[in-house]
Amino acid sequence: MAQISNTYSGKIVCLDKANVDTDQIIPKQFLKSIKKTGLGPFLFDSWRYEDEGYLGKEESKRTLKNDFILNNKAFSNANILIAKENFGCGSSREHAVWALKDFGITTVIAPSFGDIFFNNCFKNGILAIQISKSNLEKIFSKQSETKPLEISVDLVNQKIFYEKLFEENFEIDPYRKKCLIEGLDEIGYSLKYEDEINKFEQKLRKERSWVIND
Amino acid sequence: MEKRTLYDKIWDDHFVTSRDDGSDLMYIDRHLVHEVTSPQAFDGLRENNLKPRRVSSILATPDHNVPTTSRDNNLDGIKDPISKLQVTTLDENCNEFGINQFKLDDMRQGIVHVIGPEQGLTLPGMTIVCGDSHTSTHGAFGSLAMGIGTSEVEHVLATQCLVTKKQKNMLINIEGAIENGVTAKDITMFIIGRIGTAGGTGHVIEYSGEAIRSLSMEGRMTLCNMAIEAGARAGMVAPDEKTFAYVKNRPMAPKGDLFDKAVNYWKSLPSDEGAKFDAIFNFKSEDILPQVTWGTSPEMVVSIEDEIPHTSDKNILSALNYMGLKPGTKIKEIELDQIFIGSCTNSRIEDLRVASEILKDNKISKRIKRAIVVPGSGLVKKQAEDEGLDKIFIDAGFEWRDAGCSMCLGMNPDQLNQLERCASTSNRNFEGRQGYKGRTHLVSPAMAALASLEGKFSDIRDL
Repeated sequence: MAQISNTYSGKIVCLDKANVDTDQIIPKQFLKSIKKTGLGPFLFDSWRYEDEGYLGKEESKRTLKNDFILNNKAFSNANILIAKENFGCGSSREHAVWALKDFGITTVIAPSFGDIFFNNCFKNGILAIQISKSNLEKIFSKQSETKPLEISVDLVNQKIFYEKLFEENFEIDPYRKKCLIEGLDEIGYSLKYEDEINKFEQKLRKERSWVIND
Repeated sequence: MEKRTLYDKIWDDHFVTSRDDGSDLMYIDRHLVHEVTSPQAFDGLRENNLKPRRVSSILATPDHNVPTTSRDNNLDGIKDPISKLQVTTLDENCNEFGINQFKLDDMRQGIVHVIGPEQGLTLPGMTIVCGDSHTSTHGAFGSLAMGIGTSEVEHVLATQCLVTKKQKNMLINIEGAIENGVTAKDITMFIIGRIGTAGGTGHVIEYSGEAIRSLSMEGRMTLCNMAIEAGARAGMVAPDEKTFAYVKNRPMAPKGDLFDKAVNYWKSLPSDEGAKFDAIFNFKSEDILPQVTWGTSPEMVVSIEDEIPHTSDKNILSALNYMGLKPGTKIKEIELDQIFIGSCTNSRIEDLRVASEILKDNKISKRIKRAIVVPGSGLVKKQAEDEGLDKIFIDAGFEWRDAGCSMCLGMNPDQLNQLERCASTSNRNFEGRQGYKGRTHLVSPAMAALASLEGKFSDIRDL
């Protein structure tokens, strides 16, 4: 799993929409890819371009929608995405996270997330942070059209802060934090418990043998 | 003894160990695999020299990318080379690792969430995962069934476990008998309308009450299928005699003494009287009328008697703009271009029977440009044909297709054209879901069939 710095600052881009589903983050035609990479150009495809995208379509030949925030040049190197309630709801497609990552997003901050998307973020080294609505409103009220704000994240002490505007502690599961900081191989980590898995399976074969159908 | 919910019991019986980082390993009994969310997981196994730990737990099938027009040319029938590559990649991965797959030319091929229960692979008390959010469907059997991401698919393949934390318990209780014409689809859409698309986040939902108990197994699958649209990764219904009768004699279900032993265990699963739920919702059946969505989120839903709400909320106005609709428009005034009957929500034999009953000796409206019915599996298709349902659909003006996910998400050629409006029995009305700039209204199979005759939405209870 990808590692993330203990503390970092990043330029933010605010997406002023609630219930953004993963179909919007990466539409279905891009799920045909058998790779994890190369999805960045198609992030929010229907909202970003005037034309319908498909895998392999050249970005230079497409027309950008002027009113979409990610197309504002001031935000072209933003790496922290700020969103509203229930971000990433819907489909389990991990392609949504792969697209965000490929685009350069390292952190997603929202008041709440879809469960599967939230989980998928951490599996790919993206930090998803739940923020209070009041501080979210502060960020939205301060954002400018021309100059992106910078927010600092202190993963070790679980804090995000923006100059004097606010400082907020966030919750993160200890295992997710450890994975992000140490860049752990999750499968390797679980396989340390192979003895326990074997024991469980033996018990299962005895007590509920219909489950093991080999 | 401590009083436990159905979810508590399944959790306890699948808890392997706690890792030293505070997360838990939950054992996975069954793993369904399809072509879209698995290629990167199999790549990951190869990169790390790993193999699937228990191949017998896995069943694979292609469903998202498959054509529904004809299977005569098998893989050559897939015109899009990228789609075809995804399906052949599944073939190669299943061959390499010895995984049981119902291939495209297999009569048993179909939507993963239709074939699991159909084969008796889905059993009460099990933990079931699939790289697909509608895995919640299998909770209808009193199993804990969850959609997972591709990284988790790889993890489950390699370890037979999911890294997880216990979620909260939510009870949704619906008392009273449901009105004639109101179906499981209406119940599940009504619930989403009330609790919202994030209402169940962080919870496992157990559905209970007279209205739920009276549902058939197909109905319960429709109900649990859309638990994820209420934000919950898993929804479930306690197993009962209906469940056992449905499971009995299915190809992959236990037989003879082993079946009896299993039933004995399954009977111990329902939530104990007085078990604690973190959240409880009570709804009355009489409040649930046939439902129709009008926006771009499943929570944007009202009954057939209603109109589109007046609002100043900019998210809602933007949804209405996408849908080409205005506040105050009566649902019964909305005219349609296409009809889709299918998807893991509503493509089982019971759904096709209900729809065909309405279509019998009738013709679809001239307004409707295309109406398609896509059975959930090759076996559902065959059964429907044995019952003569295909003829009813075709005579009414529907296209009778082969099994797959089809126009639920349009990864295959079955898509809406731009700005076309569809009455669909699927589960998501997100922007572009059924086709670029397409407009989706979610309804029950009965309501979709009636809409096909009228060219607009009508109340099934008036029939």
